[in-house]
Amino acid sequence: MSDAQTATPSETAAQIPVTVLTGYLGSGKTTLLNRILTEDHGKRYAVIVNEFGEIGIDNDLIVESDEEIYEMNNGCICCTVRGDLVRVVEGLMRRPGRFDAIIVETTGLADPAPVAQTFFMDDDVRAKTKLDAVVALVDAKHLPLRLKDSNEAEDQIAFADVVVLNKTDLVTPEELATVEATVRAINPSARIHRTERAGVALSDVLDRGAFDLSRALDNDPHFLDHDHPDHVCGPDCDHDHHHHHDHDHHGHDHHHHHHGEASPIHDAGVKSISLRGGEMDPKKFLPWIEKTTQMDGPNILRLKGIVAFADDPDRFVVQGVHMILEGDHQRAWKEGEKRETRLVFIGRELDTERLTRTFEACQA
Amino acid sequence: MPTVAPLDLDSHAITVAWLDDIPHFALADGVVHRLDHGHKWVEAHDGLLTACPDLSETSLVTGGEDGRVMAVSTDGTATQLAEIGRKWVTSVAAGPQGAVGFASGRTAYVRFADGKLREFPHPRSAEGLAFAPKGMRLAVARYNGATLHFPATDGKPVELEWAGAHTDVSFSPDGKFLITTMQENALHGWKLADGKHMRMAGYPAKVKSFSWSAKGKWLATSGAPAAVVWPFQAKDGPMGKAPLELGTRGDTMVTQVCCHRTEEIAAIGYADGMVLAARFADQKEVLLRRAGKGAITALAWDREGRRLAFGAETGECGVVDIAG
Repeated sequence: MSDAQTATPSETAAQIPVTVLTGYLGSGKTTLLNRILTEDHGKRYAVIVNEFGEIGIDNDLIVESDEEIYEMNNGCICCTVRGDLVRVVEGLMRRPGRFDAIIVETTGLADPAPVAQTFFMDDDVRAKTKLDAVVALVDAKHLPLRLKDSNEAEDQIAFADVVVLNKTDLVTPEELATVEATVRAINPSARIHRTERAGVALSDVLDRGAFDLSRALDNDPHFLDHDHPDHVCGPDCDHDHHHHHDHDHHGHDHHHHHHGEASPIHDAGVKSISLRGGEMDPKKFLPWIEKTTQMDGPNILRLKGIVAFADDPDRFVVQGVHMILEGDHQRAWKEGEKRETRLVFIGRELDTERLTRTFEACQA
Repeated sequence: MPTVAPLDLDSHAITVAWLDDIPHFALADGVVHRLDHGHKWVEAHDGLLTACPDLSETSLVTGGEDGRVMAVSTDGTATQLAEIGRKWVTSVAAGPQGAVGFASGRTAYVRFADGKLREFPHPRSAEGLAFAPKGMRLAVARYNGATLHFPATDGKPVELEWAGAHTDVSFSPDGKFLITTMQENALHGWKLADGKHMRMAGYPAKVKSFSWSAKGKWLATSGAPAAVVWPFQAKDGPMGKAPLELGTRGDTMVTQVCCHRTEEIAAIGYADGMVLAARFADQKEVLLRRAGKGAITALAWDREGRRLAFGAETGECGVVDIAG
C-alpha cells in the first residue's frame, strides 16, 4: 500500500487487538478459551478456531476456519500468511461493534509464524487489526516428550510472548523447575506463568501489547531493568518472578548471555542470542539489521531490541518475525538511564560469533 | 447534473444489485434493503458475507455466517437454497438454468434448480467462484491456481496452475479467458484455448473489484489510485499492451469499479467514498458522488445504464441518476 494514501476514517478507527493461542492438544487451550468466553470481564471476544470441538459455548462469534498456509509469491519461503484468516478477519471486521478483540486458536502442530505474519503482511488485515501477543500453552508433564517428538513444540515456545506452563499439579517441584528452565532456555524473553487448569489471570494473556513498539519491551522480562543493581522488586513489580527459591537457578534473569545453554531435556535446536552494546551509528546499524533479517530471516523466529543511536535523544525499538522487521522511536531516554543497545534474536542455526562481531562493528 | 438519492444504512455494504430494475442493498448485518415505492427490507441472514444477482436479475443469491445460502426476491421473500451447518459460506455464484454455486471451507457446491446438491471437495480452501457464460462449468479459485468443474456431468475437472493464492475468479463474457485476483497485488489470467498465461501485476494494493465492459472488450480493476483497465479485444488479451488508467487521484485508492452495460464507461468508487464515471475513449470524468465517510464497497448500473446504485463500508448507500 502506498504511503501517500490518506487514511480513511475507518482506517484511523481503533485497531482490534488479536491474541494468538498456540499449544499442543491437551495443553489446556480449550480450557483457557472457555474461561475467556465465560468469565465476567466486560469484554466480548470473537474466536477463530480450527474446529468447534470442545468449546462448550454456543456463541455466534466462534468461527470455524481451516488453517491455510499461503506462501507469498515473492521468492521468500518464510513469507507465509494464513489465507483463511485474511478472509475471516475481513468478514468479522465488516461488522465491528460486536466484539472488542479477536482470539485465534491454532491447531496443536501449528507454526505460529504464518498467523503472526498475516497481521503484518496483509494490508487490509493490518489496517483494521493489530497483533497483541502470541500465547503458548505448555503441558508441564508432557513437554519433554513433545520436544523430543517435533520442532513445533519448541517453535511455539520460542515464538511466544507469554508461556502458560500448565498442569503444574501433575509434576513434582523438581520436574517443574527443569521444565521451566527448559522454556527459559528456548525463550528468555517470554513471560512465564505457572498454572493448574489454565488458571492464569486473563490480564496476563490478553491486552499485552507485545507487538506494539511503544509497549512491547516494557512487558518483556528480558528487557526490564531488573538486572540493575539498584532495582528491588517491590510488591507492584510486574517482573517475572520465579516463585521457587531452590537456588541452583537464579532468582532473576541476570545472565543474559547464557540463555542459549541447553537444559538436559532440550537439545538446543532453537537458541537465543543476546547482544549488548553501546551507542550505535544509524548509518551502520540500520543496513546491518536489514541485511541480517534478509539473510537469516528464515531462521529468525523473533527479534526484539532497544537501540541507542548516537546523538539521538529518543530510544529506538525494533521487533521482527522472520524477515519482517519493524522499528520506531519509542520515547526519550530518561535521565540517568544507561544509553545502551540490547537485542535478542531467537531462532535456529544462528551464528552467534558472526552476529556478535557484525553487531559490535555498528557501534558509533 | 447527476443527482444523488442517499439511503443511509448502518452496516457495511456487501453487494448492490438491480432486481427487476429495483435497487437492492445487501449489508453485512444480513439485511437486504430495497427502494421499491419506499424503503423496504428483509433479514436474510445473521451476518451476510457474499451476494450476487441470479442471471435473470430477478433475485439475489446470498451466503452467510449462518452457513445458509438464500435467494431474496423482489417481493422481499427470502428462500433457503441450502444449509451446510455452522461454517461460513464465503462465496456464491449464479449459473445457468437456475444453478447456484457456493463455497465454504475446502468444499465448492453446486445446487441445481431442482434442489439437487453436488459437492466438489478441494485439498485447500475453495475461494471465489464463477460460472462460465456458456455450458455448465464452474471455476473455483484456489491456492496455486484455479479448477474448472463440470457439475452437470462426471467430466474430469480441468486444473489451471499458477503459483500463489488465488482469491476470486471470473470468465470473460466470451468465455475465452479466465481471470483470477490474487493474495498478492496482481491478477492472473489464462487463455482457455491454449492455457497461455497472462500476468497483470504492478498494483500497489490487492485487487478486490473487477468488472468486464460491454462485450468483454475491457476489464476494469481496483487496487491502484486509478481504475486500471486492461484491453481484451486482441486474441491474446492484454499481453504486451499497457492498460488505461482512469480517474487517477493522488490521495486515495480505487476500491470498486463497475463498467456500464452498453457504453465504454466505468463507474469508479474510492476509499474516501467518492464516485466518478470515466469514459475509456477520452478519459473524461464526471463526479457522481462526493467523498463520504468511508470506502465504496459496491456499485451496480441499472438496466438502462442511467442510474447507479452504490454502497459504502459505513452503510452509506444510494442511487445516482446520471441524467439528473
